[in-house]
Amino acid sequence: MSRWPFAQILLVVAALATVPLLTASNVVLNFLTVALLIALVGQGWNVLGGYGGQYSFGHAAFFGTGAYVTAVLQMRYGVNAWMGFALGIAGGALVGAVIGALAFRSGLKGSYFALVTLAFAEVLRILASVAPITGAGVGTLIALDLRPQAFQFQSRAPFYWIILALVAGSLVIARLIEQSRFGAWLLAVRENEEAAKALGVDAARVKLAAMTVSAAITAAGGGFYAQYFLFIDSGIAYGPWISIEALLAPMVGGVGTVFGPLLGALVVKTLGELTKLVTGDAPGLDLVIYGGVLVLVVAFAPRGIASLPADLRARFARLRSSVPERADA
Amino acid sequence: MLSPTILIPALLNGLLTGAVYALVALGLTLIYGVLHIINFAHGALLTAAMFAAFFAHRLLGADPYLAAVVLTPLFFALGYGLQRFVIGPAAHGEDRNILLVTLGIAVVIENALLYAFRADTRALNLAYAFEVVDLGVAFVALPRVVAFGVVLAVAALLWLVLSFTDTGKAIRAVAGEKLGAELSGIDVDHIYAVTFGLGTACLAIAACLLIPTYYVNPHVGNAFVLIAFTIVVLGGMGSVTGALVGGLLIGVVESLCGLYLGESLGQIGIYVIFILVLLFRPSGLFGERA
Repeated sequence: MSRWPFAQILLVVAALATVPLLTASNVVLNFLTVALLIALVGQGWNVLGGYGGQYSFGHAAFFGTGAYVTAVLQMRYGVNAWMGFALGIAGGALVGAVIGALAFRSGLKGSYFALVTLAFAEVLRILASVAPITGAGVGTLIALDLRPQAFQFQSRAPFYWIILALVAGSLVIARLIEQSRFGAWLLAVRENEEAAKALGVDAARVKLAAMTVSAAITAAGGGFYAQYFLFIDSGIAYGPWISIEALLAPMVGGVGTVFGPLLGALVVKTLGELTKLVTGDAPGLDLVIYGGVLVLVVAFAPRGIASLPADLRARFARLRSSVPERADA
Repeated sequence: MLSPTILIPALLNGLLTGAVYALVALGLTLIYGVLHIINFAHGALLTAAMFAAFFAHRLLGADPYLAAVVLTPLFFALGYGLQRFVIGPAAHGEDRNILLVTLGIAVVIENALLYAFRADTRALNLAYAFEVVDLGVAFVALPRVVAFGVVLAVAALLWLVLSFTDTGKAIRAVAGEKLGAELSGIDVDHIYAVTFGLGTACLAIAACLLIPTYYVNPHVGNAFVLIAFTIVVLGGMGSVTGALVGGLLIGVVESLCGLYLGESLGQIGIYVIFILVLLFRPSGLFGERA
């Protein structure tokens, strides 16, 4: 079946693009915007963690850099917001490349890689909480300037379309990775790094490239966050919450798949909202649910909810077929 | 340079604080040495233990040192159950899954505490918390000296258990050669859970030693666990000696960095060591080559 590889993406994005035409509800648009933001950040994580098998616990490092560069360039140096946003993405990519170069050159993988990414995110968080340029403990406020040139809008709809466009871009990147030779190298490194090296794949370079792209996508999420909420501080930008959301979305939706992060973000955010409806806005409870979901997904649907029916069927089939075997033995 | 009258107390306090760090790291390194997993729930479990010790005093009037007698077996059982019934079955034997499961558990515990007790910071007000001991060169707080002694005793006890008891020998056998141990009739799942339980029990003791002089809030464990990660990596993953020496070393480094750079930047010193060790000598000072 030779189909145009981007047909599914076009369909999904086109369907999502009609939402602001159907409803003017700020609640709905706000919910979807935040969910799409998490989908974007999650896709960033997915490029490195899903396709590359390198589980980062510190994607906050890239999210925060994107957010701070966007905000600080505007407020302190008078740079145009869109320009700041672009430089924020570049800054995030740079941070990703530096951390990646250090980590992969030293041959860190598995738990060690998770630890070193976590440590870098924490160092940046502490630096941002004391450095004067980031506003230290007070944080950075972006002045209200409701003009499209300033990346601010009167209504929610333009924000929604922008984040949707960014998500669409990230979906295309994921699909391109799947279709490309680079993607094949990346998957080879994930499945068996030694074997991939033996076949002539430059594993360190492939991982570094994946991490740079991953960081750039996540930094775009950070820059968008700054423009949407107009306020960041060290706990928001570099806090552990975003590192967790970044890996939770693809884990839930389907790690190493094009639509996994989007699906996962929608499911996780819906769960979060439902919890709030039931219990009121209690701090911590939504994260209790997220943590529980993470454990349950790993235990029962390691390939994500999209593959859950197939996985369960396989499990039942195994159970059924194992009964006579055991009787024989 | 600062005068010895400031430097020596800072060094001593660093050593005493480092002892408790070492105990937290001991639990982490024990679990790593046997199960070969990094327990990301370690910090959250420490926080839970500190809350337990806090409320044991607030509600039941139990002295933290006495509470340790009850909390230690309780947390052993908790750790045993977590590994046996949650982490083990959920992970399907894959390292990546274990990372995620322990992270998930950490998020659940930390935020359940946040939900139950809010972000408020609480502290006990014990009479003996402010007593000091004259060590000749400096005065140090009594609870810190007690903590130092207890940590050394726990480390010695742990060493005895690992060296001379059947369970200890089984633990070392599983750490060294899992398949071989399994073939000689050792119940590996049970030993894994026992090890996880021992690591968690270390946290209960650490919590009871900390609570007289420290505060507790739902995020308090995070600070300790990143320090513990640093110690474990510095001392060599799985090395008990490494955890002890690394703990004392990090305590001193933190104390001196705090003195020269100020409180919040003082933490940076630890992270920088952490990253440098990870990058340039991931096997640590006492660990085998990875």
